[in-house]
Amino acid sequence: MVLLTAKSQLVDLPHRILEGAARAGIELREADSSGVYFHVDQNTLFSQVNEHFEDKIEMMDTKEALETYPWLEDLHWKLIDRNQDEYTRKVDEKYSGGYFMRILPGAEITFPLQSCLLMTRRNSEQRVHNLIIAEKGSNSQILTTCVQHIDALHATHLGVSEIYVKKGAKLNFTMVHHWGEDTKVRPRSAALIDDGGEFISNYICLTPVKDMQMFPAAYCNGEDSKTLFNNILYVQEGSHMDIGARAELNGKGSKAELNTRAITKGNSKLTVRGTIVGNNRECKGHLECRGLVLDDNSVLEAIPILRAIKKGADLTHEAAVGKLSEHEITYLMSRRMKQDDAVGALIRGFMDVSIMGLSKSISEEIEKIIDAVAEAS
Amino acid sequence: MEMQDDSILEIRDLTVKVEEKIILDSISLQLRAGENYIVFGPNGSGKTSLIHAIMGIPPFEVASGEILFMGKDISKLTVYERANLGMTIGFQHPPEIRGVKLGDLLKICLGRERHYSFSKEEQAMIENFRLTEFLHRDINVGFSGGERKRAEILQAMFLKSKMLFLDEPDSGVDIDSLKVIADELQRYLEESGSAALIVTHKGDILDHIKSKYACIIMNGKSHCFNDPKKIYNEIRENGYEHCVSCMLRKEEGWYF
Repeated sequence: MVLLTAKSQLVDLPHRILEGAARAGIELREADSSGVYFHVDQNTLFSQVNEHFEDKIEMMDTKEALETYPWLEDLHWKLIDRNQDEYTRKVDEKYSGGYFMRILPGAEITFPLQSCLLMTRRNSEQRVHNLIIAEKGSNSQILTTCVQHIDALHATHLGVSEIYVKKGAKLNFTMVHHWGEDTKVRPRSAALIDDGGEFISNYICLTPVKDMQMFPAAYCNGEDSKTLFNNILYVQEGSHMDIGARAELNGKGSKAELNTRAITKGNSKLTVRGTIVGNNRECKGHLECRGLVLDDNSVLEAIPILRAIKKGADLTHEAAVGKLSEHEITYLMSRRMKQDDAVGALIRGFMDVSIMGLSKSISEEIEKIIDAVAEAS
Repeated sequence: MEMQDDSILEIRDLTVKVEEKIILDSISLQLRAGENYIVFGPNGSGKTSLIHAIMGIPPFEVASGEILFMGKDISKLTVYERANLGMTIGFQHPPEIRGVKLGDLLKICLGRERHYSFSKEEQAMIENFRLTEFLHRDINVGFSGGERKRAEILQAMFLKSKMLFLDEPDSGVDIDSLKVIADELQRYLEESGSAALIVTHKGDILDHIKSKYACIIMNGKSHCFNDPKKIYNEIRENGYEHCVSCMLRKEEGWYF
């Protein structure tokens, strides 16, 4: 394994790799990031914290972190059962690393931490295990991009992520995926949220993927802990996605919101699942799914589950699946927008990221990707 | 009927259908530069259908007759093409569009890109319409009746249209908003030489704008062309039915 921690500069990375990252619309710039992590195929190529944040963040490959901090054994494979399914078993058997990110107590991270997991080889299987710890009172944003190079056919990505949000910490975790049309993807993620902690998980996938399934979990065990899952999905060109999230509200005053905005077209199938478990007399959860089906060859299913197991758990659900509104299209046309531009504006608006609590720089990056997708639709 | 040089809109014997049902029957009217034209009528009488048909908004179709805008027949054009020629509509019930910001829509109306910064003059207009704090909000989402109407009229003005169709600009609007809307509208029409066709069933806007002509639409037909205030007083005193049945008024009134 090549490990170039804190030695190289991002500019030294091969052009082909940076180009791959740029395909997902993410421009990695050290100056605008508090830290940058790069894992390509089976190797961690780059892991470096911006010098202005060296006393606020620790970042390294997971394998190195497990050697450096023996206490991590108490957090490793604790939120996810290594025998959960064939994919977790594979990652447990053999993995090529992953990112370890630790935001130190009370640290305010004004620039996002960025990670990029890239696949460049045919018939390869990338297996990573990520660990994130947002220490007490910290506040940070992570932008992680998973990208497949255009030549990497028949690839599989298996990623296990365990996330700990400690007392009063805030973590905004945004994941942008850009896979190939014949890629199989199985992320397995879980987060544990302590008293007053807040975990926002944003997932954006706007390009085709052959077969994607994930169902991350958040355990709101702390008092007044909070989680938000936001998904923006454009499922197209024969893609098959089964996406969801599960929130367990165990702590007093804990809250969860699960929002999905999804578009399907081009012989695709999307299943959106959501489960909120109300396991406290004072908890509140809301599940929302809005979907647009743009042709007759695609399927969009929304399967919400609200499970209250304590008296007083307050759980709600709202779902709407339909087509673009003719009234809205006509309205925009009356403002001198051509029909195609009006449809593009509505699709773009539908994928609005303002609910995601993103920093300005991340939001601008993601809006660029959405603009490109809306324009092409 | 001779068309005059300053004619902006001329409707000749317009019959409108939805699917195969006739909604409006042989409507004729003409608007010249700088003029307001008021259309009265009870709920469901066909007022909104009339302006939607003129703008080309589905599902209304022209069964017969002509719609001439600046002398050109536009009855086969799309909404976009009509808007592009210089016609615009302020909807009675504009849609709420999530993810599309009012500020972005105003820039579209101005023919600008999303990254455009409003000029000082444009900012002053937005401020005068008391919409500055709404620029970053999704269009009409959570807007009050007055805020929606102000946003509609401001869009119409930013489009710099020659012909404005305003559907119930005075309904659901507080007095302050009505005054802003009417004063700005009057100023715009005078300065730009544009024309406006204003649909109302309450008539509150008449206190604020100068308008020479009005008609009543009832059951898909137009009646009683006359001075708007005369018609309005008649409606208030005797109701629509009486007003329409009053043949004498037809003879006395301005009528073509």
